[in-house]
Amino acid sequence: MDMSGTSDVIIVGSGPAGSHCAKKLAQAGLDVKVFDRRNEVGAPKRCGEGLDKKAEQLIGRIPDRCIAQKIRGARVYAPNGKHLEAPGEGYVLERKVFDKWLATEAAKAGADIRAGTLVRELIVDGGVVKGIRGEIDGDPFEARTKLVIAATGAESPLPKQAGIDTTVSLKLIDTCYQYEMVGVKSDPNFIHVYMGNALAPRGYGWIFCKGNTTANVGIGVIPHETNPKVYLDRFVATHPDVKDASIIEVNAGGVPVGGMLQNMVSDGFIVCGEAAHHVNPIHGGGIKEALISGQIAAEVAADCLKKNDISRKALEPYNDGWWKERGGHVRKVEKAREVIEKMTDDDFNLLVDVLRPNDVIELTQGKPEAFLRVIAKNPQLLKFAQYLM
Amino acid sequence: MAWKLNKDKCVECGACVSVCPFSALELEKNGLVNYPDKCTLCGICERACPVSAIKVEKEAKAAGKAEAKKQKKTRK
Repeated sequence: MDMSGTSDVIIVGSGPAGSHCAKKLAQAGLDVKVFDRRNEVGAPKRCGEGLDKKAEQLIGRIPDRCIAQKIRGARVYAPNGKHLEAPGEGYVLERKVFDKWLATEAAKAGADIRAGTLVRELIVDGGVVKGIRGEIDGDPFEARTKLVIAATGAESPLPKQAGIDTTVSLKLIDTCYQYEMVGVKSDPNFIHVYMGNALAPRGYGWIFCKGNTTANVGIGVIPHETNPKVYLDRFVATHPDVKDASIIEVNAGGVPVGGMLQNMVSDGFIVCGEAAHHVNPIHGGGIKEALISGQIAAEVAADCLKKNDISRKALEPYNDGWWKERGGHVRKVEKAREVIEKMTDDDFNLLVDVLRPNDVIELTQGKPEAFLRVIAKNPQLLKFAQYLM
Repeated sequence: MAWKLNKDKCVECGACVSVCPFSALELEKNGLVNYPDKCTLCGICERACPVSAIKVEKEAKAAGKAEAKKQKKTRK
């Protein structure tokens, strides 16, 4: 990669948001550089690896080698063990293969990618972002550009340097621990989701099957005195489908579950993906949100670069565009999460008893009508109406 | 120092970095670094860590929480 000269765009982060954004920009004929701090794009994963089939509308058909398991629905388990089956087509991916495929697509379109490159800070001149400073194996370098797009995930200092506070509130993060295990007996055609306040306070436990008796088994919880590893070890020790399985990978991390940024742009700068808190607040899925977020960023960026105006004002259509196309929906899901959070284990047991499969889907889409319809048929659920006020 | 990191436990996931209100934490090439000039010992990072790798000492934490509250007020 030639660091001299001025690129059109530098994208920091070659995850789903960064790579997909890079591909779109390169296809628009722009000169794009992408940096990723990891030595290997996509690894290690910090993800349950689940993805809605609808994501293929954005990225095209996902190659088989990226897919660990095809899924035809979700089984949601109440604390009493009864479950509800919600249909839905999707995949559990092999992120290290999937992320490299997305990066390859970006490179084939003309983006120039360099892994193993830590971007430490933005070059800001007169309030305008004009480049980045980074390190390759400890050797510093600089790269100049018209526009920087941060697709860094939630843990980067870069957006703050551009005046955008991406701090995740402690109330709006789930802290998670996961084992990839072999010898899991759960039905591989489904993802299995476990609800319960003792099992996973404000979060859930998951078994996302990857085929060949392999599965991602994890728990996400609201941060408090007990860490999620404790909850996961308890879950694994007591669940017949996983208690005898082997652990082949250990993952941990935080995921934003709300608090999407109102403003995501600055002079010469855009933040997108998980860094902008673009994640489903109920199930924590961020891949599809990242792809959408990266695509909208690419569309606005391409437009602005054509007009040679990358001022904050010119980039503001990214804020409007994301909130109009996606933000309204994500906000509804956040509100639905606030309702679910207040539920007791008895409430969950009751819901799994009375909800129909399609109600669960509507719930994760943030449609409170699902509740209202069920309450109309089951007056004992009337107390939930208060949660919706 | 009242902010302590157990490097054996730390998996460098960055959850602490994402919640720090003072930008006092960064994931450098050789691991997580705390910047004492920015850190107020508020203890938010300790809470967010999925593996309890961070410990913030108690008396220091009380002072830090007060600082965090004060800063929040001035930012508003």
